[in-house]
Formats: sequence, structure tokens, C-alpha cells
Amino acid sequence: MDSTNSVIRFVVIMTAGVAFALALLSTSWGGQIKANEAIFNKRAILGAVSDYLTEDPKSMADGEIESLFASNVEQIALDMSGAVLTEQDIIDSGYKGGKPENIDLAKEKKKPEDQRIFPLYVFNSEKGKSFILSVRGNGLWDEIWGNIALKEDLTTIVGATFDHKGETPGLGAEIKDNPTFPSRFKGKKIFNDAGVYTSVDVVKIGGTAGNPYAVDGISGATVTADGVSEMLERGIKYYLPYLNKQAAATKNKG
Amino acid sequence: MAETTATTTEVTVKEKEPLFGKAEKKLLLDPLGDTNPITIQVLGICSALAVTSLVYPSVVMAIAVVFVCGFSSLFTSLVRNKIPKQVRMIVQLVIIATLVTIVELTLKRFNYPIYKQLSVYIGLIITNCIVMGRLEAYAMANRPWRAFVDGLGNGVGYGVILIIVAVIREIFGKGTLFAGSPIQINIIGASNAEVGYLINTAAESGIGSLFAGYTNNNLMVLPAAAMFIIGILIWIQRTYRPTLVDVS
Repeated sequence: MDSTNSVIRFVVIMTAGVAFALALLSTSWGGQIKANEAIFNKRAILGAVSDYLTEDPKSMADGEIESLFASNVEQIALDMSGAVLTEQDIIDSGYKGGKPENIDLAKEKKKPEDQRIFPLYVFNSEKGKSFILSVRGNGLWDEIWGNIALKEDLTTIVGATFDHKGETPGLGAEIKDNPTFPSRFKGKKIFNDAGVYTSVDVVKIGGTAGNPYAVDGISGATVTADGVSEMLERGIKYYLPYLNKQAAATKNKG
Repeated sequence: MAETTATTTEVTVKEKEPLFGKAEKKLLLDPLGDTNPITIQVLGICSALAVTSLVYPSVVMAIAVVFVCGFSSLFTSLVRNKIPKQVRMIVQLVIIATLVTIVELTLKRFNYPIYKQLSVYIGLIITNCIVMGRLEAYAMANRPWRAFVDGLGNGVGYGVILIIVAVIREIFGKGTLFAGSPIQINIIGASNAEVGYLINTAAESGIGSLFAGYTNNNLMVLPAAAMFIIGILIWIQRTYRPTLVDVS
């Protein structure tokens, strides 16, 4: 039996040593890890407008993603009323970077609805202009999130990407793993002809042909599919004030 | 003649101890077969079921476990005489957790997408019974070098089963191999064409796919399939080595 003192000494020395080593490693790599995370998100955002790109963002190098994002994407932050926020507003909301891309929807989801802020990415290229919305909701086991790219008419979907934290592989996880699922959103509409917001529903397979407001779901993943529907319905709604303003502005110009 | 050689080697072991002698070889190779952590000891099943739906993440997971298992055995063995008995297991846990954190940071730094894919399972190596089991059973009572080899052997024993299961599951569940990695190839089923609701995610690889009409087996993607496959592996192994069958 070792004495209590020697046990405490051993434990303190060991934990201090380990903590120091790990802290050193974590801080020296911290910058690069943050950058990797940012590129991961940018790749997902650009994935939504892959139709406007010459190369699939999935196969682009990190540097290409960075430069494409920097040159072709304009980012704005919005509040619930659709007003554009300044850098200071973003910092006040708790994001030190002050850029719309720093906004973490996971944190925003926990705030009361009227205090939330949202990033909007405006993608410009020769092939077209697109507004990319970020949405976040709940799947079966954990959170799901995605990016929805709208055409310049602010109604038609150009593309979408989805990701999840812990959906079942082969079932719910197919929203990310199976490229046909997000591609089913292409060409669908979020407003009907009368200009009323409809969102896009994920429904049971079959019967969505010719219906611009619904896409086929995934067999065996009903809860995740419902989660996607709900996420889109609510997530896009947050952007409506801004989208309506934009639409009105274009109309006046025309 | 063979016996004489064996005795001579043993004598030499006692006198000089080669760096990689018979004992080390046994420590390294036994866990691949007769003392395999998964099929014989039935440890580390949780992660074996969870990460084996694709080969690429399984390979990364296997490397991570080999690293953690080997080095935690080495470090535990180095300090084994200084560890106070009362906090023995906590000290082992700290060593394992430190190494797992290093693995996690390394993945985040050098391959962020695969880190995202493996998510919690890297962190769960800490609770993998194989690692702690080896520390308790071997590293606490043996010299560092042998403990290290023993740790490596068990890590590899785990990894081999992981990869075998993953290969079977990915081929029949997705029709691909190494999906998500730069060398992704399509094995069976139509590539990039819609088959039922599930499609092959394989990119247009140079290798033509066989049996274009094959529909992916959705069961294979689910963790339950790994349970069946491991069960079948255990059955095959014990059929060939009847001595491994428990008689009770």
C-alpha cells in the first residue's frame, strides 16, 4: 500500500505533465484545425451550387475551395427581420471572427427565436447567381443540417447539401452519403405560382413526378426525412423577410 | 533435432535476449489467431459493429487502435513499478485517454473529413476493453519492449478482423471498396445509376463493375450485419481449431 501522500504526488505530477503536453499540441495545431473546419463547411456550401461550378467541390483541393470561396462568394448576416447585420452585430452575437461564416447555427438554435442570426451566401459566377441558405434541424438521433442554394429568381432550388451528426448508416445517413438524395431537390420550388411560401416536402417514394414542392424520401428513414422537411420548412422561413425584400426590389427595378 | 534447436534458442534467450525473439514473435502473432481480441476474447465489439460499414474508416480506426494499444502498453509498462496500487486503473485510463486525444488531434489536423466520419468512435477507443485489458493483463507485469509488442499484436488482431468485416459489408452493402478515399473503386452493381432507392456512390472508376443488376443489400450497411459476420468468423475459426472451443 502506498501512502496517501505519494499517491497524490504521483497523480498530480502525472496529470500536470499530460495536461501540459496535450495543451501544447492542441494550441500549436489549433489554427490549422480551425482552418480545416472552415474549409469543410465551405466545401459543403459550395457543394450546393455544384451545378454552377466546373468541378465538383468534393474533389477540389483545400486551396481551391478557399480561393473560390473568397473570389465568388459574398457573405451577409441577417437577423429575424431580414435586416443585414454589421460586423459589430455579429461580434455582439458571440462570434469573435465577425464574419457571417463564423455564425454557428448549432448555437443559434439554442437562442430564443427573435435573437437568432443567420448567414446568407451569395454566389456569383458566369453561369449564374445563387443565394445559399443554411438550415439546421433534428433528424432521428441527433441534429441534421444543410445548405440550400436558390436561383436568382429566389424560388427555384439549384442544389442542396445535407449533413448529420448521428443518423443511421444506410438509412438516415443517406441524406449525406447518397448523392441522389440532395440532387432530387434540383429544380424544386419553395414558392407556388401565387408567391405563397410552400417549402419542399420529403415524402414517400413515388408520386412526386411533376410536383415541384416535394421530393422522394428514403425507404426506412421516415423520421430523418420528416426531419429534413421540418428543417427546410422552418429554416427557409427565417430567411423569408430578406427574400421577400429582395424579390420586391428586383420587381421595382424591372 | 528440432527439440535440441528449441532448447538452444531458449538458452540463448536467457543469456542475451534478442530484440525480436521467439517470445516477441508469439506475442505479436498469437492475437491474430488463437487469442484474437474479437473472435476469441470477444472484446471491442461495440466499435467493430459501428465503424465497419466502410473499409476506409475501418482502416483508419484500426491504425488508431494499433497506435493506442501499442503505446499505452509501452508507457504503462515503463511506469508500472511507480504506479500506486490504489489508483492503478485511473493511471492506465489517463495514459489511454492522452493517446486517444493525440490521435483525435492528429486526424483533425491532417484529415478532417475522416475525423468527421469516425466522429465519436475515436473517442470511444478509451473505453475499448482490448486496450485496458492488455494493460491489466500484460503491461502491468512485463518489461516495456514485450508489453509494446503485445499491445501492437492485439491492436493488429483487432484491426484485421475490422477490415475483413468492413470489406464484406462494403462490397455487399454499397458495391464499392474504399468509398470516400482517393482510391475508391466500384466492385459490383451499376455505378452511378439509380438501383431502387439506394445507389452506388462510387465515382466513375476505371474498373468496370460486375453484375450491374445487383441491388445493394441494405442489411449489410446496418450494424446487425457485422454481428452476423463476426459470428460466422468465430464459427469458421473454431471449426479449423477445435482446441479453441470452450467445453463447459
